[in-house]
Amino acid sequence: MMASSYNAKEEDGHHSGASSHGAAGAVKSKKPDNTAFKQQRLPAWQPILTAGTVLPAFFVIGLIFIPIGIGLFVSSNNIKEFQIDYTGVDISSPCYSCAKNFSWNSTTPCVCYVPFTLNQSFESNVFMYYGLSNFYQNHRRYVKSRDDSQLNGDRSALTNPSKECEPYRTSDGLPIAPCGAIANSLFNDTLELYHIDSNGTSNPIPLAKKGIAWWTDKHVKFRNPGGNNNLSVAFHGTNKPVNWRNPVYELDPSDPENNGFINEDFIVWMRTAALPTFRKLYRIIQKKPNTTPTLPSGKYLLTITYNYPVLSFDGRKRMILSTISWMGGKNPFLGIAYITVGSICFFLGVVLLIIHHKYDTRNNSADIPN
Amino acid sequence: MKIYTSTRLDVDFKLCTTLQSVTKEVAACVGEEIWVDSRTVYIGHKEPPPGAEAYIPQRYPDNRIVSSKLIIDTPTSPVTSGLPLFFVITVTAIKQGYEDWLRHKADCSINECPVDVVQQGKVVRTQSHKLRVGDIVVVREDETFPCDLILLSSSRHDGTCYVTTTSLDGESSHKTYYAVPDTMAFRTEREVDSLHATIECEQPQPDLYKFVGRINIYTDKEEPVARTLGAENLLLRGATLKNTQHIYAVAVYTGMETKMALNYQSKSQKRSAVEKSMNAFLIVYLCILISKAVINTVLKYAWQWSPDRDEPWYNHRTENERQRHVVIRAFTDFLAFMVLFNYIIPVSMYVTVEYVFTDKTGTLTENNMEFIECCVDGNVYIPHAICNGQILSAASSIDMIDSSPGGYRREHEDLFFRALCLCHTVQVKEEETVDGIKRGIHQGRPTSFYISSSPDEVALVEGMKRLGYTYLRLKDNYMEILNKDDEIERFELLHVLNFDSVRRRMSVIEGLRTLCVAYRRLSQSEYEEACHQLTEAKLALQDREQRLAQAYDIIERDFVLLGATAVEDRLQEKAADTIESLHKAGMKVWVLTGDKMETAAATCYASKLFRRSTQILELTKKRTEEQSLHDVLFELNRTVLRQRSISGLSVDCLDFGLIIDGATLSAVLKPNQERANPSNYREIFLEICRNCSAVLCCRMAPLQKAQIVKLIKASKEHPITLAIGDGANDVSMILEAHVGIGIMGKEGRQAARNSDYAIPKFKHLKKMLLVHGHYYYIRIAELVQYFFYKNVCFIFPQFLYQFFCGFSQQPLYDTAYLTLYNISFTSLPILLYSLVEQHVTMETLKREPSLYRDIAKNSLLRWPVFLYWTCLGVFDAVIFFFGAYFLFDNTTFTSNGQLMTTNTQMMFGNWTFGTLVFTVLVFTVTLKLALDTHHWTWINHFVIWGSLLFYVIFSLLWGGIIWPFLNYQRMYYVFMQMLSSGPAWLSIILLITVSLLPDVIKKVLCRAVCPTAY
Repeated sequence: MMASSYNAKEEDGHHSGASSHGAAGAVKSKKPDNTAFKQQRLPAWQPILTAGTVLPAFFVIGLIFIPIGIGLFVSSNNIKEFQIDYTGVDISSPCYSCAKNFSWNSTTPCVCYVPFTLNQSFESNVFMYYGLSNFYQNHRRYVKSRDDSQLNGDRSALTNPSKECEPYRTSDGLPIAPCGAIANSLFNDTLELYHIDSNGTSNPIPLAKKGIAWWTDKHVKFRNPGGNNNLSVAFHGTNKPVNWRNPVYELDPSDPENNGFINEDFIVWMRTAALPTFRKLYRIIQKKPNTTPTLPSGKYLLTITYNYPVLSFDGRKRMILSTISWMGGKNPFLGIAYITVGSICFFLGVVLLIIHHKYDTRNNSADIPN
Repeated sequence: MKIYTSTRLDVDFKLCTTLQSVTKEVAACVGEEIWVDSRTVYIGHKEPPPGAEAYIPQRYPDNRIVSSKLIIDTPTSPVTSGLPLFFVITVTAIKQGYEDWLRHKADCSINECPVDVVQQGKVVRTQSHKLRVGDIVVVREDETFPCDLILLSSSRHDGTCYVTTTSLDGESSHKTYYAVPDTMAFRTEREVDSLHATIECEQPQPDLYKFVGRINIYTDKEEPVARTLGAENLLLRGATLKNTQHIYAVAVYTGMETKMALNYQSKSQKRSAVEKSMNAFLIVYLCILISKAVINTVLKYAWQWSPDRDEPWYNHRTENERQRHVVIRAFTDFLAFMVLFNYIIPVSMYVTVEYVFTDKTGTLTENNMEFIECCVDGNVYIPHAICNGQILSAASSIDMIDSSPGGYRREHEDLFFRALCLCHTVQVKEEETVDGIKRGIHQGRPTSFYISSSPDEVALVEGMKRLGYTYLRLKDNYMEILNKDDEIERFELLHVLNFDSVRRRMSVIEGLRTLCVAYRRLSQSEYEEACHQLTEAKLALQDREQRLAQAYDIIERDFVLLGATAVEDRLQEKAADTIESLHKAGMKVWVLTGDKMETAAATCYASKLFRRSTQILELTKKRTEEQSLHDVLFELNRTVLRQRSISGLSVDCLDFGLIIDGATLSAVLKPNQERANPSNYREIFLEICRNCSAVLCCRMAPLQKAQIVKLIKASKEHPITLAIGDGANDVSMILEAHVGIGIMGKEGRQAARNSDYAIPKFKHLKKMLLVHGHYYYIRIAELVQYFFYKNVCFIFPQFLYQFFCGFSQQPLYDTAYLTLYNISFTSLPILLYSLVEQHVTMETLKREPSLYRDIAKNSLLRWPVFLYWTCLGVFDAVIFFFGAYFLFDNTTFTSNGQLMTTNTQMMFGNWTFGTLVFTVLVFTVTLKLALDTHHWTWINHFVIWGSLLFYVIFSLLWGGIIWPFLNYQRMYYVFMQMLSSGPAWLSIILLITVSLLPDVIKKVLCRAVCPTAY
């Protein structure tokens, strides 16, 4: 670059005084454009990280993070959560026999009853989850074993599902709808909750099964083939997944709008979990219009229709009840992390202040002016 | 990066004569000409008369030029890298293919350009690529020669033609080429066609300035006449005819055999130290990659040992998979892990590594001659300030210093001035005429300037002009000068005895280059005798040089001394300052010169290479004649070592300067057969050199310069060497050094053509090394380290995720993110950083040369730094992954979904998990670069914040639509759902802060402890 610029200069020198040197274009200058960019002379802001400049930032971060952390921690602690494992590993547990005698071919469902006590009353909306452990929904073979086009109502994908669904693509020569390992392993335990009042009678608690899936999933991503009218016709020519009891259009006998691919339990299950221990939203217990708590403290009974085997892969099943706050569910980690980081920043700020003072004089004498 | 790419191509182009010139230097040293086997050209394809010699029809290539060639050139070994590698190779291939296509197009247009050929006495128009060796070609003014031609005749009566070789070597001066006297009379096509001759010449070789051949002209009656052909008869392809209406010439080298085409070939690549360390880093990362894949594969099979884990009821294999043998399964698993983790190797870097950085040792050459004074019979004449190559004022007057001389003196003086005016090869270049008006006329007399291959000659002729004798022109072998009385004197030029360094009669007094002028009167018979010998020598095909030298010796004797001239070789502007700065920057400066020791030493003092306090160690022939080389070496070594042991404590250590001359050097380097340890001297010599701050090597042959560079390069520290020079004799050294710099001086452009970088003045070396070298180094170091860092950050979470997904190779991030991470989300900020970063201002760098020591010895690309970056990458990756992990695992990581529908509690899946990690990753990595940026221009702001914005916008778009061409919709609304969750925001902010914290602390602490360091 410099070479050519010099070259041009030399020529200029020789032709000095001859501004009208014939065709000006004849002298082709290879000189690069004298732009600020190419000459690296763009105006610039040149910040330097020194103890002095970083100090305030550390204190500010500390001052912001610690209150946030405290807020998070407090609100997380205010969230009430109750978990109960109903797998039935122990001989003493109520579901032991159901778990032990599980068979895929049994026609009569095995039901077990798990009583529990809530020591605190749950206010506002209460969310009911099922939790699975040691269940690898994030296994690659499992994650990719689905056909999103089929789930979106595509007719050709309904009759000819994607190869990714193998070995859950066809059964008895008919295509499976919904195909794939994820759909095939749909969680099919039925959980019901009863409140046992002081005189021993058990009152069923109403569980809302709508509004548990993402709105966009329910309305855009998942669609039934041929609209919502007469699903049994729309799904004609397909087979139910091998492990299912009912075809997909009979998932929810109580609500015809909640059948087919847009069944919300199904949609929730189809969003594969990130980690082998996970929980999924099952039902919502709406808060009562008056001031009485949604779930008052006391005795409860959980009724489980035990259909879902997990003992073969050493898995566990849980039922969880939880309230939420402005920052979601129970989450002590985030609050603690904020408090910790905030404190560290504050502490570092102090350390840096000392360093700053110690090296201040030296800095001033040897600093490179910028 | 594009900028660098083009530079590199230039470099390659310049490097083209590497091997050739080195071979020649070897030949020159041994003292014999390499005689490449010759070829015979039958002019006009006519057979020689029977009996003269056998007619051997020879096959030569046609005049087609093929410079395009398809190569896929990836600088690093085929490291396995799957798709990104494929992408990179494709991009490289497309880029090179496109350039190749352009070349091909250019070739076509060259090959098809029309050429006039003489056939059967008529001019026939044909296409360039149909030219064959032996064709007689007509070239007109301003046309380019289509191949290498021997000039037969020209429209000028003296058989000369003028040519510029700008496109070949960049020299814009007009050069004169000569026709053979026997053929220069041909005027018409018919006459030319009647010529019956053969040309014998060497096989093609790439040296532009060398040609040996002979033309045999057959006439009907007499014996064939043989004439010598040299480079002055050979018109090179690519040069342009000037100031001559037309010429006839015969093709001798065509197509790919032309000197120009040969010069395009045989490139060798120089590798920078950055590339070397980078390759080492790449190997480390390759090992990490392989070990990761192996670990994961082994763990996978350990984990899958129980069939319930391997195939739980909800997740069966297909029959095909089940039947596959376990070894094959394990191998495919291993490959799958490799593909999953391969992103850790920053493939995208392969494309960018096309540049060089500078590090050490500069040499000094200066070439600015000034005529200071002359002396005739004891009278001193000093013209007023004359600057070489420039005419200060047209109305120049004669500045005689001394009083008017007497008659005898006057005669001598005239003779002296005439001799100076005549004995040179200076060309006069007149101002070009524009629109028929000679511009010079306005000033009363035509302005002109002098061009010569030797600056001394120009200085002398200029000086004579100031003293009243103006050299006007060379016309038809007559030289014209304008003497003091404004009379034109004409002298016939009979022969030019070229100057060469063996016969040089130069000596130096007080730092001025002085030249003695002497003359000898030749009688007619003496002249004829000499002339005969000269012609014979010139005709010889073998030992021509030696025989010429003999002939010269016969002529050049019994001279009568006329007087002496003094020319000062001025130091270049700020040369001393530059050398001082380089010293301060921790570089060792060596001066390698062909000059005598005294001149060179004087220059070294003037340029502050040696200071008054420098203790000079001499290792010269004079000394080795007194003592044996062995003793001298050991004595010097003792001196140096003693000094070092003393000054180990004291602050102001005495520095040493070494002077060595060529003869001693070859003695030192000569393998010593007598002794058991042949490399002994070499080691001692290196040991001495290592302890000298400055070394002066004088009386160096060009090849010795290269040897020295090689010696230093090969010494055990493997330092980076830089060679700078301006003349053809520096070429070998420039090519040998890691960084070759050419100064475009007055000795032509050969050095510049062979260099990696060309600069106009020595003083620019300071800015080039201290500022640009520093910047480039900082930038490339950051570029390399940052690339590794960001890929560790990127891939390590994937690795960790394998432990939580049953080692099933489940990717953590979506495909789009995997592909775009290196290509677009994180590429532009670092790219811009490597273009504009200035961590310290230019002024500071120039003022404080010692800052250069910070980056000496490749300090920013050493293993500790590499380790720091890798650890930082691993730390950040762990923060990303486990930060997200605890948010997901410990708690219900949920969105309260206020934005979507009220009272909806939604669960996040694995893709949300990956997106959260990825978002933190992109922000952290970009902000880390922002922390490293010390020079924020508006483009930096634009690119850094723009990349982040682009990531957000892209993610919103990518998840915003059901993409019809995708067979999965796993990212649908994932990003938006994440952003609608308060805890997600809080955790993103927290994780970014934590990831950046260590680096900020490290920076602050480093700056507090050592404020000057980078």
